[in-house]
Amino acid sequence: MAKLLEIRWHGRGGQGAKTAAQLLAEAASSVGKYIQGFPEYGPERMGAPVLAFTRISDEPIHLHCHVTEPQIVVVLDPTLLAKGDVTQGVPEDGIILINTDKSPAEMRQAMKLSGRKIYTVNASRIAEETIGRPIPNTPLMGALIKITGIMSLDALLEDTQKKLAKKFAGRPEVVEGNLKAVRRAYEEVQGE
Amino acid sequence: MNRPLTWKEVPQGGWIEKPGNAVDYETGDWRSIKPVWIAENCIHCLRCWVFCPDASIMTEGGKMTGIDYKHCKGCGICANECPAKPKALEMVNESDSGDK
Amino acid sequence: MQERIALTGNEAMALAMKQINPDVVAAYPITPQTEIVQIFSDYVANGRVKTEFITVESEHSAMSATVGAASSGVRAMTATSSQGLALMWEVVYIAASNRLPIVMPVVNRALSGPINIHGDHSDTMGARDSGWIQIYSENTQEAYDNLIQAVRIAEHPDVLLPVMVMMDGFIISHAMENLFILSDQDVQKFVGEFKPHRPSLLDVDNPVTVGPLALYDYYMEFKRQQAEAMRGAKPVILEVAKEYAELTGRKYGLFDAYKLDDADLAIVVLSSTAGTARYVVDELREKGIKAGLLKLRVFRPFPYEELAQVLADRKAIAVMDRADSYSAFGGPLFTEVRSAMYDAKKRPPIVNYIYGLGGRDVNLDHIRKVYNDLVEIARTGEVTQLVNYLGVRE
Repeated sequence: MAKLLEIRWHGRGGQGAKTAAQLLAEAASSVGKYIQGFPEYGPERMGAPVLAFTRISDEPIHLHCHVTEPQIVVVLDPTLLAKGDVTQGVPEDGIILINTDKSPAEMRQAMKLSGRKIYTVNASRIAEETIGRPIPNTPLMGALIKITGIMSLDALLEDTQKKLAKKFAGRPEVVEGNLKAVRRAYEEVQGE
Repeated sequence: MNRPLTWKEVPQGGWIEKPGNAVDYETGDWRSIKPVWIAENCIHCLRCWVFCPDASIMTEGGKMTGIDYKHCKGCGICANECPAKPKALEMVNESDSGDK
Repeated sequence: MQERIALTGNEAMALAMKQINPDVVAAYPITPQTEIVQIFSDYVANGRVKTEFITVESEHSAMSATVGAASSGVRAMTATSSQGLALMWEVVYIAASNRLPIVMPVVNRALSGPINIHGDHSDTMGARDSGWIQIYSENTQEAYDNLIQAVRIAEHPDVLLPVMVMMDGFIISHAMENLFILSDQDVQKFVGEFKPHRPSLLDVDNPVTVGPLALYDYYMEFKRQQAEAMRGAKPVILEVAKEYAELTGRKYGLFDAYKLDDADLAIVVLSSTAGTARYVVDELREKGIKAGLLKLRVFRPFPYEELAQVLADRKAIAVMDRADSYSAFGGPLFTEVRSAMYDAKKRPPIVNYIYGLGGRDVNLDHIRKVYNDLVEIARTGEVTQLVNYLGVRE
């Protein structure tokens, strides 16, 4: 793993970009990594494009500026691809993970993108089928750790279970659904 | 209280831990006119006690006993409020009154 | 026994408040401090603290109620940001002059106008002369640690002054980071049982007068005494830090000097930006450039002698201010540091960079530019621009 891994999350207000950035950070923290997870708060509301960031490192993180050159970009909503450049600042060997029903090759063509690695997973459908709501953030975490190897699937499942069990006490089906979603995205994510 | 306190002596943060110390501050010498109590006219209604802004009406057992001239500033409210006929409190010039 | 967890700055402050378990909290929510009050009120509702939580209709009332509670002989806290602190204003001064050991997290946010919710230091820099001790935190760990130490500092008999503990709005308040936390018992033991220092308003057997009138005959004696309390705070802050280090292993001082001993170039800065600057110091050191950093932790009392000592041997110094003072000169930290250096054995050139207003991001390139400028100043010994605005569109 790189000394410092920086991830930028592109979503729309209400899709859980901030939550995903912080859940992933928290999960990485649980296996001993140093982390930061923070949103960019503009005047956004439900549906407006939003950004969130995760930093993960084996060493203490001192930086307190925005992430401008992320090695990884996660796109929670494919409609955002038409608006602005999600690849901004991403280095040549950077990774773009997109929540879409299309394949990486199709996305590369649609985005007219050269270089970088593209991964896709239909996180919304997975969430719909496992949690019952098209909230793509937890499955995307499963896809991310598969791609990056930040932590093992078991460690992520364990941490997610612990946290969601607290948040959704008395609703075990929500916890179970989320864990299934993480596992499925881990298995279904494709790259090229 | 003769020597003003230094900054090391003033109570911390202005917390005054000796309550009721206004009694040490004798305001009686502010007077230019003074109330005089005429005991035989007094009906002991204590309206003067209620209205006195300076707690200068002395009482005992629910009865008026006189005026605390050490603190009375001579405002005249007591004489004004006195309902007795003839009045039991009268204001006189300090310079005319002889003693203090 | 410490636990390593991940929390946002607001969560860390709320947790520290829970562990301090104050007798009274009177607070009003304001962005970006809202979560502190919200999370703490959950602790109250769930019976996790014994605190009497007073919901108030404004920050003016929040500080008034906190002053009242503290005057009645209990440990009292509140929390605020920006306009909230501004609305507290007149009572903020009274808390200090009445010598009430109130502790208050302040999540730094720009003051209006224009209306802005993001982090800068204009709110607490405005309150720098209010008589409160001011401690600034770089990250969630420091926010947590500083708040716990603040209780002991405020309540120390040589001090008895209110303390505000700052962290940068959103940048820290809403950022999740790792930190080590103490057990509730350890925090309780460290802060100790609250002992009223004098008869209180509720002590009917020993009645007191609080907040009397003092005109030109006595006002100045009270203010002189208050000034002395602030002077007395410096050794206490260090003493409390030492004890805290014994408990946690985390060392705190009046400031944190990073690679400063042999540095030619130094940046002086508060709060979260210090972390970003530390990264650049490491980068420059790898290139053989002798860069160093001084992160000021305690702004009030201002450690002018200690600063002068560690800064005197530098060849060029940049002071970074996340607030302007509109003095037509420089920012508040700049003018203080410059004044402190007047009596130093050497007086290196000192320049000012006002940056990050309204939460504007200060990135590595900005800090690199400041050090680059210092390289030039150190080489020529000449300052071409004394006060600079960093990252503004020209």
